[in-house]
Amino acid sequence: MPDLQPWQLERRYDVVVVGGGPAGLAAAVGAREQGAERVLIVDRESEPGGILQQCIHHGFGLHHFKEELTGPAYAQRYLERVLEHDVDIVTDAYVLDVDPTRRVSLLSGRHGRTEVDAGAVVLAMGARERTREAIRIPGTRPAGVMTAGFAQKLVNMAGYLPGRRVAILGSGDIGLIMARRLMLEGAEVVGVFELMPHANGLTRNVVQCLHDFDIPLHLSTTVVRIHGHDRVDKVSVAPVDEALRPRMAEAWEVPCDTLLVSIGLIPDNELARALGVRLDPVTTGPVVTSTMETSRDGVFACGNTVHIHDLVDWVSQESQLAGGGAGAFASGRRSSADNVRLVPGRNVRSCVPHTITTDREHTVFLRVTKSLAPCSLRLGEVYERPLRYVVPGEMVTLKVRPRFLQGFHGGNLHVDVVPREEAAA
Amino acid sequence: MTETSHYLCIGCPLGCRLEVETEGDEIIEVRGQSCKRGDTFARQEHVDPRRFVTTTVAIEGAPWPRLPVATAEAIPKHLMREVCATLHTLRLEAPVELGDVVLRDAHGTGVDVVATRSLGRR
Repeated sequence: MPDLQPWQLERRYDVVVVGGGPAGLAAAVGAREQGAERVLIVDRESEPGGILQQCIHHGFGLHHFKEELTGPAYAQRYLERVLEHDVDIVTDAYVLDVDPTRRVSLLSGRHGRTEVDAGAVVLAMGARERTREAIRIPGTRPAGVMTAGFAQKLVNMAGYLPGRRVAILGSGDIGLIMARRLMLEGAEVVGVFELMPHANGLTRNVVQCLHDFDIPLHLSTTVVRIHGHDRVDKVSVAPVDEALRPRMAEAWEVPCDTLLVSIGLIPDNELARALGVRLDPVTTGPVVTSTMETSRDGVFACGNTVHIHDLVDWVSQESQLAGGGAGAFASGRRSSADNVRLVPGRNVRSCVPHTITTDREHTVFLRVTKSLAPCSLRLGEVYERPLRYVVPGEMVTLKVRPRFLQGFHGGNLHVDVVPREEAAA
Repeated sequence: MTETSHYLCIGCPLGCRLEVETEGDEIIEVRGQSCKRGDTFARQEHVDPRRFVTTTVAIEGAPWPRLPVATAEAIPKHLMREVCATLHTLRLEAPVELGDVVLRDAHGTGVDVVATRSLGRR
């Protein structure tokens, strides 16, 4: 990795991007393309790329680069683009605070504690993993309990095998991918336990990571106790009833030395909260406009900081838009104000962005509450599109074109995903 | 007498539920795919299932002790573990460039294993 860090930071940048993962990299490119001259990325790791660097499996870039890449390859391709756009990157650095005048306080090994003024700020901090503590699994507190993403970093980057006999709680993609990784590294994965009646990760990962290695997937089952003194020696698991309560009488014990938890991600929004940015209680990320601007003027947000994505390609697309918005803002250009508020309706958990306009095309990302097939996506009374199926684990992407909204004059547009027969009636 | 086999497509995150209808050794029809990739995958999966393998190889002199690598093409599924076992015996020296071949013709498959990132010297 060449030394990319500037020895001296500018006093003022047109755009400061917080985070150098896929969202931050794309935002920086977007900002430069929309007129920002000086752009700074601040990243806490020793190199940019974020979580992509530890995601050594394939599945990245099919939409964006039109070929299937591994995480590190996607990061490297994107970083090359960023460098072509002449962006400053400071690594091993933390943003401590962003104030309402967009003065950014940061701490870095090379620059000490510094403040830079930003014409616009992009929040691209990504997400954190939920831990054992987040769901309060009873039992002892031995070594060997960790999040799946942390285990991924240990195995793929640091070169440590976290255990020999591994149980995994949660069937999110990271957990599934780690099941395969550990098997290929010579550990035994004794089972994946999923609270819900369906797998949380993508189908392709259930096939390639579990079926291919004969790893049992126990649906509607959860870990109810962790045992062991210095090290995990077993976990108790139990099936759950319809209200997701464990049926303790049917619990059984699973000998293992490691428990990985893969139970979801939480947008990392400490900075946003401190800045008083309005957050969506469902996504827990900022409420954003069609240019990904938050409730604070000139503060934009994108990627997993806003809502949890399942494909990095969409993160890049959304973040390039956010960076573009920030670049335009810093250059004194504003696009037309949003005039439509998207309201999650039937079977829709969340919509991002939260508002759009009727005069431009927008990409809207939806999450549904429950699986339906076949079904129909409806925008109020003005637009309807058939979908083959929807599942909670996969984001629905909808390009909303101006013509869809011809004849819509209200302010609130309800977004529903309903069974096909009902839509036809 | 036709038989139907079921597969889940791994071509993309859609995860289409595929059906392959066969009569003897002959594939009569593939159903359930949303694109060409699904058709290709189902025909391949039915006779010779293949997977890409991604793992890491030990590397000296780089900022990290492991280099991520991948098979350049999918290899027969049953060879995944053997290829990984061979890769675990390698010791590389930085620098390595994205796309460098780290193992030629893995287990006679004709498929190379390549670096999926560059790693310079520490």
